[in-house]
Amino acid sequence: MSPVGPLLTATVFLPAVGALVILAFARSDRSVRTWALAVALVDLVLSLLVFSMFDRSDGAARFQFVEQFSWFSVDTFKASYLLGVDGLSAPLVALTGLLGICAILASWHVDVRVREHYIWLLVLQTSVMGVFTSLDLLLFFLFWELELVPMYMLISIWGAGRKEYSAMKFLIFTLLGSAFMLVAIVAVFLTPEIGTFNMIELSQAGTMLSGGVLIPLASLFWMFFIAFAIKLPTWPVHTWLPDAHTDAPTAASVMLAGVLLKMGGYGLLRINVGMFPDQAEQYAWVLVALGVISVLYGAVVTIRQTDLKRLIAYSSVSHMGLVMLGIGSIGITQGTLTSAGLNGAAMQLFTHGTITGLLFLATGLIYDKAHTRYIPDLGGVAGRMPIVATAFLIAGLASLGLPGLSGFVSEVLVFLGAFRAYPWPTALAVLGIVLAAGYILWMMERAFFGRPRERFADLTDANLVEAAPLVLLVITIVGIGVYPALLTEVFEIGLEPMIRVLNGGG
Amino acid sequence: MVSEASVWAIFLLPLAAFVIIALVIRPFFNRYAGLSGLLLIAALAVSLFLSILALGAVAMGQEPELQAYRWLDLGDAVIELSPLLDPLTAVMAVVVTSVSLMVQIYSLGYMKGDPGYARYFAYMALFTSAMLGLVLVANILVLYAFWELVGVSSYLLIGFWHDRPAAAAAAKKAFIITRIGDLGLLIAILYLFFQADEFAAAGMNAFHIPDIWQAVQPLGAGGAILAGTGLTWLTLGIFAAAVGKSGQFPLHSWLPDAMEGPTPVSALIHAATMVAAGVFLVGRFYPVFLAAESTLTVVALIGAFTALMAATMGLVMNDIKRVMAYSTVSQLGYMMAALGLGAFPAAIFHLVTHASFKALLFLGAGSVNHATGTFNMQYMGGLRQHMPLTYLLVVIGGLSLVGIFPLSGFWSKDEILVSAWTGGGVVEPWVSQATLIMLGIGVLLTAFYTLRMIYMTFHGEFRGGVEQEQLDTGADSHGDDVQDTGDHGGLHLAESPVVMVAPMVILGIGAVVLGFISNPQWIDLFGVPKHWITELFEHGVAPVLSSDAPHLVLPKFSLQIAAISTVIALIGIGLATAMYARGSRQYSSAVRRDRDPLEAGGPLHRLLAEKYYIDALYEDAVVRLAFYRAFAGAIDWLDKNVVDRIGDVIATIFRNVGRIFLAPLQTGEVQAYGLAVALGTLIILLGFLLV
Repeated sequence: MSPVGPLLTATVFLPAVGALVILAFARSDRSVRTWALAVALVDLVLSLLVFSMFDRSDGAARFQFVEQFSWFSVDTFKASYLLGVDGLSAPLVALTGLLGICAILASWHVDVRVREHYIWLLVLQTSVMGVFTSLDLLLFFLFWELELVPMYMLISIWGAGRKEYSAMKFLIFTLLGSAFMLVAIVAVFLTPEIGTFNMIELSQAGTMLSGGVLIPLASLFWMFFIAFAIKLPTWPVHTWLPDAHTDAPTAASVMLAGVLLKMGGYGLLRINVGMFPDQAEQYAWVLVALGVISVLYGAVVTIRQTDLKRLIAYSSVSHMGLVMLGIGSIGITQGTLTSAGLNGAAMQLFTHGTITGLLFLATGLIYDKAHTRYIPDLGGVAGRMPIVATAFLIAGLASLGLPGLSGFVSEVLVFLGAFRAYPWPTALAVLGIVLAAGYILWMMERAFFGRPRERFADLTDANLVEAAPLVLLVITIVGIGVYPALLTEVFEIGLEPMIRVLNGGG
Repeated sequence: MVSEASVWAIFLLPLAAFVIIALVIRPFFNRYAGLSGLLLIAALAVSLFLSILALGAVAMGQEPELQAYRWLDLGDAVIELSPLLDPLTAVMAVVVTSVSLMVQIYSLGYMKGDPGYARYFAYMALFTSAMLGLVLVANILVLYAFWELVGVSSYLLIGFWHDRPAAAAAAKKAFIITRIGDLGLLIAILYLFFQADEFAAAGMNAFHIPDIWQAVQPLGAGGAILAGTGLTWLTLGIFAAAVGKSGQFPLHSWLPDAMEGPTPVSALIHAATMVAAGVFLVGRFYPVFLAAESTLTVVALIGAFTALMAATMGLVMNDIKRVMAYSTVSQLGYMMAALGLGAFPAAIFHLVTHASFKALLFLGAGSVNHATGTFNMQYMGGLRQHMPLTYLLVVIGGLSLVGIFPLSGFWSKDEILVSAWTGGGVVEPWVSQATLIMLGIGVLLTAFYTLRMIYMTFHGEFRGGVEQEQLDTGADSHGDDVQDTGDHGGLHLAESPVVMVAPMVILGIGAVVLGFISNPQWIDLFGVPKHWITELFEHGVAPVLSSDAPHLVLPKFSLQIAAISTVIALIGIGLATAMYARGSRQYSSAVRRDRDPLEAGGPLHRLLAEKYYIDALYEDAVVRLAFYRAFAGAIDWLDKNVVDRIGDVIATIFRNVGRIFLAPLQTGEVQAYGLAVALGTLIILLGFLLV
């Protein structure tokens, strides 16, 4: 138990409790919104508490705020309710709190089935928080699956376009991955030598290797890998993402790009690297190959897009490729592994979350007001919506890796780390920054610059509620860009034990 | 004696101005936008003063103790914020702050009444602080960060009037093309980190620039950390970034388009400072470049070729700013060539004088535009009567550019030509000879296009300005003055206001006297010791050069070369005078696009006017057709029809299997289900019995 009571349980379940309260007590749409905002605000404060109270000192425990209750046990096998954060997950908890409140604010104008909308958003937040804080494999899987329900509802009810198709596609792709993960978890269960779902113990060096696992360790590695690679997503299992994003409502897009994809990257780091270091090192080249392909392929396809949301979605494929590439840096063959690549991958999870969240928020505002996301139909919007255009430009520049903004730090760390292990593939991936400049700036030119169009003459700029999340994310992006150590030092603490194992130490 | 704080303040003052304008004045007090310009000017005045102090301290060898602040720790290497105060930094800081100060004062008049007034000065402040950061820092990764920030402020300022499609397109083009070069710098940094454990083993930091200088020197028996092909690639990568930023062939095509930005922006960023950052960058790593002979050969040849090629394009342009833009590309080529030949001090000397006279020329172009509403020289002419001061100043700047005694350009260009003449042994003789020939022809062309520009703009009779242009083309002017208070691209033939002319006068004085910072070897004029700047740089670099590296080339003034180049320049002036001084009268009556005497060149003229079709090749053939249509189109098709389809196909298979084989079984008839259950039970029982 942590010194401040069950802080993590509160952080995880507060949104769900809030959803129940709204279900039971909120009468008007207005009170639904107010309640949801209040809950999200408190949860943001809690998540920031988790982040700031995380003990960074030298002798501190690796996992903190740990809460553990026995759940059930079969023979020697124990499953437990086990929550805790380390340096890897603490920033992601904060990210979830941050984007959670942005999603609530971005839904302010929703006027169809308002109560349900907010309930699903809050349930979604609980499930994602749960994924980042669970340290029991079974609990992790439960939260992982729970997240599908609200997201499916949000896309298929409040979405646009081919929303049922996209929601179903999202569901099936993720479930496909989950099936593999479930098999892997069952295999762990059926191996008495392992004897635990406790991820803290599983992360100790050698636990997984300690005995005759039912199926080869490598296939366990790959089953987890498939689940996370689909979620990330990586080429060639990325195609659910553009559809889901394009048809999802703004809030769902923000959560999807902002935190749901990060579950994939988090899983890769926590489980594939943390529990299968040997396999991860052995197959790092596969990660690098997938990463480089995703970066370049994603960027090239992005350039062709004409729908703002699809464009951002494909750029996410490209940027998530950098996460793969950064993790692939562990395949270093000579010299010692530094933390640059893994830290860059973890940073990329956070920075991409804020940047893409901001891009989707701004796109949502444009779509609400101009009623189009088709880039050739836009143009000259900057003159009418200077706040939105400025936010979009800042996010876009961060996305193309401009120094002083957060994207630069993670990108450079990934490249620095990966280049040491795989110089030539990394040099190839670096081309992605030119392509990113191409699609971001060309999109800015077509959608925001140029002669103002008459039919946009009465567009209004963001109001206070709409501008608040934009400002929040811009501050985060600039803050991390200027002082990245705020995050890198925490990630470093979380990654250090893994790197020690990978470097052959105990 | 300067303190550490004052060195930081050079960079932090304009940054503070940016923060105040962008976060306070622009969003909340836009009524007081007028304050933004004054705020920036005040900040820059103090920065300039501090820069001069810093230069003085460096010149007297009294650098202060400078601390490093840790930004990110990467294990083997550390990213630190720390200033590097050497002659190059100090000289660049003075150049940047002084030109920026002049340009901002000028902008008070030029941008008056623009609705984006505060935004303009915010971007200018951002640019100036980023540029100062770039020249100040001692860490290559931080340098790269400022390098990109300089690029983005250039993007924002070129596209300042973002409602003009041409400006928005030019901004994008500038950023993307320079970023292609920046890849080289980034990969060079990645390579340094690749070697970081070797640096660490030697007690050095792979990102610390002075440590990188040291790394080309042999370490005991093991040889140097940076050597051989690795060193060549490293230096070529750094040079690639310089090629992009300084508009060198083949990445030059963005710079003329960048003229879509407001003219003071062109003067500051695209003439005096940012485009010179490429020269600065090579200079910053000069000890490393000196150890890589093959790279220096590339630098010399690219520089000289660019100097020549850009000058040929400058011959035929009719837009006054584009003539100057090609001239800038060409002059940057001179500086690059000097770097390639080992004449580092000469390159920086030319950078300094060029900053002064080229900024002056651009401000002159802005002044002319203020009066005529256009940049098209075909609609100017005769302006010397209306704006005598501007005329005088442009002539001074122009003759300095041509290299006429005793103006500053004469001295600096002479040093470059002398170093090509003497060779110096850094590169093979054929390289310096080829360079000399190209640069020599460049002198002729420079003289011609400069005088052509002066004659077309100021001599002959006035040809109607923007009003006539609009009549002829039926289109809107693309002049800067559309924002001028109620004076849409208007015509008011008069000298520009004092606030615009005064900074030009100061730059003009610079264009006249700056040559004396490198007095020839036999005089100490104006209290400046002979060869002052040259020796300053020699002393700055020499201590870090290894004994077996080739030495810097330090050209002494040569009467012979000066005489030859002056004769060449006079030939160019004579040709231009013959063709344009009188000939420009033919524009006087019926204006409609009279024949330029150069049009007699036929296809050759067309080739130059179409910029050797390089823009067409890049934009239409490579980007639009080969990349966007063919390559990206194919990948996009693949994504839609193969990668995505696979999922759908698998889903369809499952659905059809269900529909064809399994769905018919779900009849809803209880009897059928009962039968199936009974049969199943029977089979299981049979199974048990048999086993």
